[in-house]
Amino acid sequence: MTTESDRRKELTGARFRDPAAVRALSEAIARRAPGRLLRVMHVCGTHENALCQFGLRDLLPSWIKLVAGPGCPVCVCPAADLDMAVRLGLDHGAIVTTFGDVVRVPARITLLEVKARGGDSRVVYGIDDGIRIAKENPGRQVVFFAVGFETTACTTAAALKRGVPENFSVLTSHRLVPPALEALLASEGDALDGFILPGHVTAVAGLADYRQLAERKKVPMAVAGFEPVDLLLAIKELVERIVAPGRHERPVSNAYGRAVAEGGNPTAREAMSTVFEPCDSSWRGIGVIPGSGYRVREQYAAHDAMRRFGIAPDPDIKDTHPGCRCGEVLLGHIEPEDCPLFRNGCNPDRPIGPCMVAFEGTCHARYRHGHASRVQKKER
Amino acid sequence: MDSPQLVTLGHGSGGRLTQRLIREVFVKHLSNPALESLGDAAALAPVPGRLAFSTDGFVVSPLFFPGGDIGRLAINGTVNDLAVAGAQPLYLCASFIIEEGFGLESLERIAASMADAAKLAGVSVVTGDTKVVERGHGDGLFVTSAGIGRLREEAPAGAKAVRPGDTVLVSGPIGDHGAVIGALRSGMELQGLESDCGPVAAMVSALYEAGIRPRFMRDPTRGGLATVLAELAEEASVSVRVREADLPVRDSVRSVCDLLGLDPLYLACEGRVVAVVPREQADKALNVMRGAPRGEGSRVIGEVTEPAVGPVVLETRYGGTRLYDILASEQLPRIC
Amino acid sequence: MCLAVPMRLVSVEGNEGKAELDGIARKVSLDLVPGAKVGEFVIVHAGYAIQLLDEKAAEEQLELLADALERE
Repeated sequence: MTTESDRRKELTGARFRDPAAVRALSEAIARRAPGRLLRVMHVCGTHENALCQFGLRDLLPSWIKLVAGPGCPVCVCPAADLDMAVRLGLDHGAIVTTFGDVVRVPARITLLEVKARGGDSRVVYGIDDGIRIAKENPGRQVVFFAVGFETTACTTAAALKRGVPENFSVLTSHRLVPPALEALLASEGDALDGFILPGHVTAVAGLADYRQLAERKKVPMAVAGFEPVDLLLAIKELVERIVAPGRHERPVSNAYGRAVAEGGNPTAREAMSTVFEPCDSSWRGIGVIPGSGYRVREQYAAHDAMRRFGIAPDPDIKDTHPGCRCGEVLLGHIEPEDCPLFRNGCNPDRPIGPCMVAFEGTCHARYRHGHASRVQKKER
Repeated sequence: MDSPQLVTLGHGSGGRLTQRLIREVFVKHLSNPALESLGDAAALAPVPGRLAFSTDGFVVSPLFFPGGDIGRLAINGTVNDLAVAGAQPLYLCASFIIEEGFGLESLERIAASMADAAKLAGVSVVTGDTKVVERGHGDGLFVTSAGIGRLREEAPAGAKAVRPGDTVLVSGPIGDHGAVIGALRSGMELQGLESDCGPVAAMVSALYEAGIRPRFMRDPTRGGLATVLAELAEEASVSVRVREADLPVRDSVRSVCDLLGLDPLYLACEGRVVAVVPREQADKALNVMRGAPRGEGSRVIGEVTEPAVGPVVLETRYGGTRLYDILASEQLPRIC
Repeated sequence: MCLAVPMRLVSVEGNEGKAELDGIARKVSLDLVPGAKVGEFVIVHAGYAIQLLDEKAAEEQLELLADALERE
């Protein structure tokens, strides 16, 4: 008999963290050597975190290069959008609420610095905390700066659809993954052998767009969850599809079936299409991608911060500091060390580009390497 | 119904109300002869040898949390700083910045909790001060504590004494305090998870009494275990290798980390010791720590190595590695 | 990109519920998973249950894994 606690352990990951299965999977992947280097891209900050947290890159053969693509919605959030949030806090006296990842990303200044300069910015766990703050401060304007991919966009949509207090509005900077993959394929062409698809984005949005894209562009993809077994299983499925494409009927494999249904979450998709309409959007480091963002529909305009406060992105705000090469790092074109600012003005204490902000941002992660040679230098 | 009694600016005036506040809240709970004399300074008995002297300020929100409160933190924070410096903590002082409108009942609860913590740690609070700031100029209550201890002759010489091959121990599960505060601040309810706030002085004494001579000790508060070890690696020009499988982290702490996107190695502990001892003393040190108060969860977690790829190299359960450096800035809940 | 964790629903009241994981509980919105019941597992992101966890699919995934590794 399965006890409640066993059942929980299974579903919440214990069996998907089994070291024996992880070992067996990594051996199975190694046996599929294609005789050339495979460049595989994931587009998910949480995948990067999991790969690092479990040390999974060390378990993969050297012929797989796992590139961390533009998968962190905070890293791809354009400086001009962040700047609008900053202005709402400083010039319009609004309480700006947002996620913890966002407040340290530099635009002209960061949202943390807004607070230091007398504005009011607050880190919240989700949009509902922003709504609570609006209810507690009826005399103030409260803005939720809504970044994130489909996974997060559906929570913004659900809140607006349900109804929010009069003094609450959202500044949206949501982004959609499929148009970005299409753009990456157009610019990277043959340089990418396959994609690891983000498990929680697909749990919401479903697989239809990806299947269509994979078949049109003949690029294999595999949906991965976030436990070590999930990730390695997806990599194995992907490698098999790259190495012997003829053996698989469908180029997209779903290795995260417990969370990802073919049609995603219909309620969530319906909420998003009710509240938002797609629009062209800019991605930091990549540029404008057609149809890759969400605009608040007319019906919900009263709670759209851009309309309420009459603000627009400042075209003079540049996405990156002169010299910063995060865009190329993000696409795996250069190594962090190739950027002139790396360790030379850009560091975790004072990040210049977005890749240095998050702990597993490519530059921040690389910053931790090379301790031995620095010690030798110091002692010489 | 009586309305709750609140601290007013008058309580900070230095006049009669201040005296009453000190007598009826602080002296009442923290009583000892030195404090009761209420002079401008406490007169203390002579202490042989060298002294250690330490201070720490406390700002925590919420002020009360499972396993402790700001007052208990203030006592244990200074007690533990002295203890890991190799000193026997003796006398403490505490200074309170109170925001106008703060509840007297809460203040009294905090004073009682400090008295209990001081008793448990074997120290006396011999002098103190209170100030009241206008409403809106403080977050309820800030506490600063300072303390004096008798420094043992064998106290650790500092990070530079650490050598490759030395063994690294930790006195119990890591991150409990940081996880509790992070969870509460994000609107979570906790069952069975408490802050580890507590004194480590008795455990450190037990180590010395057993003849163990730690080369390095630290209480991993802000920045957590990883920051303490990375600072050690930096100062001593070594690396520290930690085995994840041997690292004690509670399931509930891991769950808070999963939910908020935090790393347990960077979460604060408020009642743990990280000790580095010569390898030949490791087994004995582990036994002594396990037998000492608050040390039953002690583990050997890794060793000091020659400088390697990162300051701290965590060997994951799966045989991979993950590198840690000093925490750049406070961990915040994230979505990606 | 999206930090989300499986939690068990321990109470449901209208479109709000409480979800739990190893003794850590939090209020979650059930707007996006109408009909979710106490005892079911949901994936929680930013205070919202964004999807139900499919126990049968989890089993199938583990069986698939076992099969795949057996054939190696």
